[in-house]
Amino acid sequence: MASVQWRSRGRNYEAELQRCHPEGLPVEFGDYHPLKPIMVTDTKTRRGARKGSTSSSSSSSSSAPVDPLSSMLDGTDPLSMFAATETSAAASHSSSVGDLGRKRRVKEEEALGADFEPWSTKRGEILARFTTTEKLSINLCMGSDRGKAPNPGSSAVSEKVRTRLEELDDLEEGSHRELLNLSQQDYANRIEELNQSLKEAWSSDQKVKALKIVIQCSKLLSDTSVIQFYPSKFVLITDILDTFGRLVYDRIWTMCSDPRPLPDSFTVEDVNDTAKETCLNWFFKIASIRELLPRLYVEAAILKCNRFLSKSGIQETLPRLTAMIRGMGDPLVAAYARAYLCRVGMEVAPHLKESLNANVFDLLATFRQISGDSVQKQLHLQKVEVPAYLMLYSPAINWILQCVAYRAPEPLLTEMMERCKMMANNALLLNSIMRAFRPEFVATRATDFIGMIKDCDESGFPKHLLYGSLGRSLACADPPESERLTILNEAWKVITKVRNPQDYMNCAEIWVEFTCRHFAKREVNTVLADIIKHMTPDRAFEEAYPQLQSVIRKILTYFHDFSVLFSMERFLPFLDMFQKDSVRVEVCKSIMEVFIKHQLELTRDPVILNAMLHICKTMHDSVNALTLEDEKRSLALLIIGFIRMVSFGRDFEQQLSFCVEARATFCNLEPVLVQLIHTVNQLAMETRMVMKGNHSRKTAAFVRACAAYCFITIPSLSSIFSRLHLYLLSGQVALANQCLSQADAFLKAAVSVLPEVPRSISVEGKLRSSESFLLDFINNFLATLLVVPDHPEHGVLYLVRGLLNMVQDYTWEDNSDAKVRIYISALPLLAAMSQETYLYSIHKVDSNETLYGGDPKFLSEINKLCETLIGQILDHLKTLTRDEQSMRRQSALAFSLFGVLLAHGDLKNNKLSQLSINLWNLSHKHGHSETRVSIRTLESIRHQAQRPDMAHLSDTIQRLALQSRT
Amino acid sequence: MSVTLDIKLKRANKVYHEGPIPLISSSIEVAKAGKIPGGKTEIPFEFPLISKGNKVLYETYHGVFVNIQYTLRCDLKRPLLAKDLSRSCEFIVHSQPQKSKIVPTPVKFSITPETLQNVRERSQLPLFLIRGHLDATSCVISQPLTGEVQVDKSDVPIKSIELQLVRVETCGCAEGYARDATEIQNIQIAEGDVGHGMPIPVHMVFPRLFTCPTLETTNFKVEFEINVVVILQDDHLITENFPLKLCRV
Repeated sequence: MASVQWRSRGRNYEAELQRCHPEGLPVEFGDYHPLKPIMVTDTKTRRGARKGSTSSSSSSSSSAPVDPLSSMLDGTDPLSMFAATETSAAASHSSSVGDLGRKRRVKEEEALGADFEPWSTKRGEILARFTTTEKLSINLCMGSDRGKAPNPGSSAVSEKVRTRLEELDDLEEGSHRELLNLSQQDYANRIEELNQSLKEAWSSDQKVKALKIVIQCSKLLSDTSVIQFYPSKFVLITDILDTFGRLVYDRIWTMCSDPRPLPDSFTVEDVNDTAKETCLNWFFKIASIRELLPRLYVEAAILKCNRFLSKSGIQETLPRLTAMIRGMGDPLVAAYARAYLCRVGMEVAPHLKESLNANVFDLLATFRQISGDSVQKQLHLQKVEVPAYLMLYSPAINWILQCVAYRAPEPLLTEMMERCKMMANNALLLNSIMRAFRPEFVATRATDFIGMIKDCDESGFPKHLLYGSLGRSLACADPPESERLTILNEAWKVITKVRNPQDYMNCAEIWVEFTCRHFAKREVNTVLADIIKHMTPDRAFEEAYPQLQSVIRKILTYFHDFSVLFSMERFLPFLDMFQKDSVRVEVCKSIMEVFIKHQLELTRDPVILNAMLHICKTMHDSVNALTLEDEKRSLALLIIGFIRMVSFGRDFEQQLSFCVEARATFCNLEPVLVQLIHTVNQLAMETRMVMKGNHSRKTAAFVRACAAYCFITIPSLSSIFSRLHLYLLSGQVALANQCLSQADAFLKAAVSVLPEVPRSISVEGKLRSSESFLLDFINNFLATLLVVPDHPEHGVLYLVRGLLNMVQDYTWEDNSDAKVRIYISALPLLAAMSQETYLYSIHKVDSNETLYGGDPKFLSEINKLCETLIGQILDHLKTLTRDEQSMRRQSALAFSLFGVLLAHGDLKNNKLSQLSINLWNLSHKHGHSETRVSIRTLESIRHQAQRPDMAHLSDTIQRLALQSRT
Repeated sequence: MSVTLDIKLKRANKVYHEGPIPLISSSIEVAKAGKIPGGKTEIPFEFPLISKGNKVLYETYHGVFVNIQYTLRCDLKRPLLAKDLSRSCEFIVHSQPQKSKIVPTPVKFSITPETLQNVRERSQLPLFLIRGHLDATSCVISQPLTGEVQVDKSDVPIKSIELQLVRVETCGCAEGYARDATEIQNIQIAEGDVGHGMPIPVHMVFPRLFTCPTLETTNFKVEFEINVVVILQDDHLITENFPLKLCRV
């Protein structure tokens, strides 16, 4: 290709910059902004108009429409009319049903207020807490209890009447079902099935069957076998009762809602006779239920329906039902019945406090039954310990007290406390009081409570539970400041004596919060030491990881100063208790997260560094072959977060040696290594900045050490592009620091790595072609090469040639123009290199411009190289004639080369000029060029040609024919 | 062509009260002879309730020996070749509430082994003391029976306490009297070993279909009694009986 001849256009960058310098043009801030939210304001009005006309179209002679066009359209367009009516109908329908339902719900909630913790939050807790592995049974005597319960007056009763009476109790005649050997899950499933069949029966209008199901279900609550499951059973069965109550209420409500829905605040007068009669019938049916328990539960379930019958119905019913519970001999059954009644009462009439109080007092009265023979016999039979039995009461009592305490005046709470004292400080009750009453109330009397706990009878209810409850209150409300230390001491005195590690831990965990909240390092350290002492023997900590983790979480919530935190002697030993790898890493991660969030200042505190390195090392060491990518990434991010916070200020050497240490420690996490290289490069640049670009012997040695660090670290990375980019970056840094041979080494290394780049790489889990990444990198690389001076021992343009050789030898994808594109991009570099003054240079580094000083030999080397490249490009262009696709590519490539020639070639040279015209023509030959771009290009050339030194372009422009538009 | 005839009371669940003027029961013609057009024809009617001679119209009552029932029959007479159609249905009569006001008189009771009758071996009875009261034994039929029971002492734990409502019908006939007691409702008010010294409420709603005001006529009587039944865990059965007088106010 001797026909091609390259001459670079001489450039005066300074003058060009001056010319290009934009004049300050004031920017007008109009109303329009593309990022402003799009607001179409007129649609609403239009829609309204349309709707109006739709309705008027039915009565055609009504008022004149505003917009005759749109009204015409509406009138004649049956589809939109149809749609309009449909949506409005749907809207009105949904508003009549959905809105009312919602409103009703909202109102109920309003009556209670959001500060009342609803039952729904307790449900799951109870179900999770009261479990059993014993076999359960469901005894649904849907048949009849004829055989079972010998009736006292049986002699006097005729069989016929009995049958008639008992029909109510029967689900299906003779279907006595007894399900034995159910696991807890089976049991829950069965109950859910019953719930479903209740709904089915209701929807298929079998109201009596529905009632029977509910009755039978509530009967299950009198069964206290497998007593440890009772609270959960209560939850499951009261769900059914709730369903039933809702169904009945809604049914009667809809009976009154014809034609208009009943308002929320309806009174008895709004209810029609049929609805009243139906409602009354329900109450009559329920009143005749033979057994006490179902009669109570079912009536409580439909308590709300009293609203349909009389104004004072609920008010009269609640005390009656409350008194009725006295008939329940089993104190546990009674306590839960009270809980249910209180729950329903709170939902329906939260203002009726008297019944709530009455329930508490009755409840207190039954406490002595717990120690009675009947209960004790039962416990003995079921082999249940008294403390465990007492715990069964807590959900019910907590709930009842919560209802009572809700917005209750202080005197009432004080009275409750006094009563508790009177009952010889019944621990069970005391516990519930502390749980249910406002934390502020408990907190202000914390010392009193401690006294009461002390006075409590030890047997039955363990004291650590009491302290646990107290601690829970104190975690969210503060006792008087003067009492705090005494409280902590008193409480911890008891806690530390708890022998069972699990019990100890449960309680200690709660009190850690109080300690952290009010005390400093010393006290928390003591607490930690105590926990370590308790949990280490027999590796008790293995069973308590969740609580131990919670301790860490609480400490981290209150201690954000890590120098204080890590100076707690027992903190790291505490961490050592997390010996299960997964937990250990999780704890470390949580600490790191807090560190990254709250450590705002760079640190060199050896205490923090040591501890953090230890924690990070733990995280790092957890990585193994099985670790997921995501996990690795998050660990790496946390460690990087730490590394970024480390700064030794001016002590750069210390910083470098930290990085050396960190590299050794975190060698398995690539992102961390990458970060370390960046840190070290930054260190070198900071050194340069401190020295203002003039290194002393010492700093020069230091930056070389930095370069060496990077140079030996980079090869250990597996990601090829990380390596390439870091080589280039480190090369640039080395160059900036006048480490020429180091820079050379980096860039050479980058070039030598190039052939290893695979054709496709994985990006975010997807395999993608690496070509575009590679092109980007090489272009970036080329730009750096401008300032890299040639090595004295190697030939001219050693690195450029090396790079181009690599590009030539690289196995590019078939049908790819990448190689040629790189050649095209290399031309501007070469052109820039042949300038007298380079576009940019590095302080204190002599680039080739100075080395060669525009030596003609050097220039001719450049030109030769350019000519070779252009020859290669043209060869390639010639091959692109096979099909439409390749011709399109040909056109694009030719145009790019044309652009390069125009910008960087000296078109005064005839051959070059001719070549550019040929390329223009080639790119336009098959009509694949973009006309718009061509026109703009011509304009630009014309513009340039006006400059005196570019006048020759006007000749060229004459010969650049624009493709005729056909 | 088939024809069916149906009587529909305008309000099936309406209770018709006895009218003030006593007269014989009678029949009325609801439609004159003529042709009834095809399809559904509804003919409104009205009927004064008038008793026969000096008889009293009692409340509707369904019992074992005694039945007081009011029926309405409609006959549709048809020409020679077609069968006459007939249909009847029951309607319920409640007597006019009595004007007089009942002053409740509470009845106290106390049950111990000593107060019991019909005991086979008194010595084997466990010790107990059960006290209580009924707020009234003259009850308004639409109001619940109320009161309290309280177990003060019981050597053997209680198994159950129940209220048994019994209806007693007495019929005079040639051979003397026939008497039949029927349990019409049994309601448990306590279950299990209830706490001592706690008043347990007595509360029973009178079942609408099986109760009526206490009735005493020359020929028959319908009376009601309440039994407070205490069953001990050793299956001892203790019953206290109270006659009731039910009325409508």
